Amino acid sequence: MNEFWVLLTGSLVGITCGLTGVFLILRKTAMIADAISHTVLFGIVVAFMVTQSLSGFWMLIGAAIAGLLTTFLVQLLQSGGLQEDAAIGVVFTSLFALGVLFITLFAGNVHLDVEHVLMGEIAFVPWDSWEILGVSMPKAVWMLLIVLLFNILFLVIFYKEMKLSTFDSVFALSIGLPIVAMHYSYMTLVSLTTVAAFDSVGAVLVVAMLIGPAATAYLMSKSVVGMIVWSMAFGVMAAITGYYLAKLWNTSIAGMMAAMIGVLFMLVFLFKPHDGWTWKLFKRMKIKDTEVHVES
Amino acid sequence: MDALQVTNLSVAYEEKVVLQNVNLTIPVGHLTGIIGPNGAGKSTLIKAILNQLPNKTGVVHILERPLNPKDHTVGYVPQRNAVDWDFPTNALDVVLMGRYGHIGMIKKPSAKDKQIAMECLKNVGMEAFADRSIGQLSGGQQQRVFLARALAQEAEVYFMDEPFVGVDAATERTIIAILKDLKAKGKSVFVVHHDLQTAADYFDWMILLNRTITAAGPTEQTFTEDNLQEAYGGKLFFMDQTKSNKTFN
Repeated sequence: MNEFWVLLTGSLVGITCGLTGVFLILRKTAMIADAISHTVLFGIVVAFMVTQSLSGFWMLIGAAIAGLLTTFLVQLLQSGGLQEDAAIGVVFTSLFALGVLFITLFAGNVHLDVEHVLMGEIAFVPWDSWEILGVSMPKAVWMLLIVLLFNILFLVIFYKEMKLSTFDSVFALSIGLPIVAMHYSYMTLVSLTTVAAFDSVGAVLVVAMLIGPAATAYLMSKSVVGMIVWSMAFGVMAAITGYYLAKLWNTSIAGMMAAMIGVLFMLVFLFKPHDGWTWKLFKRMKIKDTEVHVES
Repeated sequence: MDALQVTNLSVAYEEKVVLQNVNLTIPVGHLTGIIGPNGAGKSTLIKAILNQLPNKTGVVHILERPLNPKDHTVGYVPQRNAVDWDFPTNALDVVLMGRYGHIGMIKKPSAKDKQIAMECLKNVGMEAFADRSIGQLSGGQQQRVFLARALAQEAEVYFMDEPFVGVDAATERTIIAILKDLKAKGKSVFVVHHDLQTAADYFDWMILLNRTITAAGPTEQTFTEDNLQEAYGGKLFFMDQTKSNKTFN
């Protein structure tokens, strides 16, 4: 049963992050996920300082606020003339450092240590249960399910608006789409996804799950819907294969899952039909062969 | 009826004034070229009219009303290089985006929306490429798709930002034929253009712009050597070759 919960948690992280990550890749803001995955620590610590509790609900609120603050500050620095990558670098290191300082100053004796936030521990997931509506499931599974529901609802309602404002924001603005409100709503979802996932797989590996599967799907998709489906599928594949390989080699589960994302990406990159790397090499060799043939 | 009325429009980026005191009144049913040197503020003028710039002052009326996207009166072709053509979608899907304003939030495109989008693709000669990934289209084909998307908006007043840049000769002929067709149907079209050689042939109305309006009105009155010299400053080297047959003196 424990194995089932760990697998389910991993797969839910794969699905939720895979879904959310698609628009990060398409909007070319993958690195903002890196920033948010670190600055949610700041939000969680502040939420703990205010409420003196580690309840999942306040963690989600704190993370959402931290995510919005990150997005807002990055945009503010950018409009002040800084490049996006520099703005992200400044904002995320500052807020993350503040988060670490606050933990050591005000939350030294609670279960809120930096290593746990960065690496997570998916193997402990089954021992922390919540009962909602008479159903008892691990807390991580509940949080991921709730956040996944938010993500699905958002995309069901605003799919075509998200697609248009991502592809052509100038045109989207001209037909009256609220592109700024949509950007902040989406970044709130990224923050919620991050905090729901990082308790089990850790902040660093959330970034891998947000970016890797979507980037892999991007290589082989001709439509946004196709990219979403592939991205979620790659997320689940990495989670499941990662779990069993970690068990086989007795190593970190979250680490193995992230490693599998890299493996899947490389496989698609190398062997994708028509414009994968090996395919191109093969075609080039074939062209060479025909040239030789013509000469002789 | 006036297609466009602009009163005291000014735009500044930080401390640099890009457009100053623009005043325009242009009646409906004209194919209007917006002409001026690089950096004259041609694209900025369109964006300011479409209410896309926060730091503008002045009043803009389209069809004698303030701009409201819900009226669906305005169609827009942004600059082609403003978007990422590797975006995973096909030509028909991009044209369908022209229907989003009519469809409204939340709802999905209907069969009729798809039919309209397909007809618009056909109008620009691209129906055979409906399923093609946009990244596999040539520059001219991409521009036709953008034009088809604007046609799918079924608007009254169209604004097009440099639709002739980087396209092949066949595409240029297709685009100008469609623009003239729109004019024949009583629509008003505004086109940012920088090729003086073709401007007088394409447009029956002109806005000569260099930070402010140099001249605006029917082509035969505005497209004169004096006005062009004023709009372009001393930078109009090739005037001698063009004035004999292209300008009206």
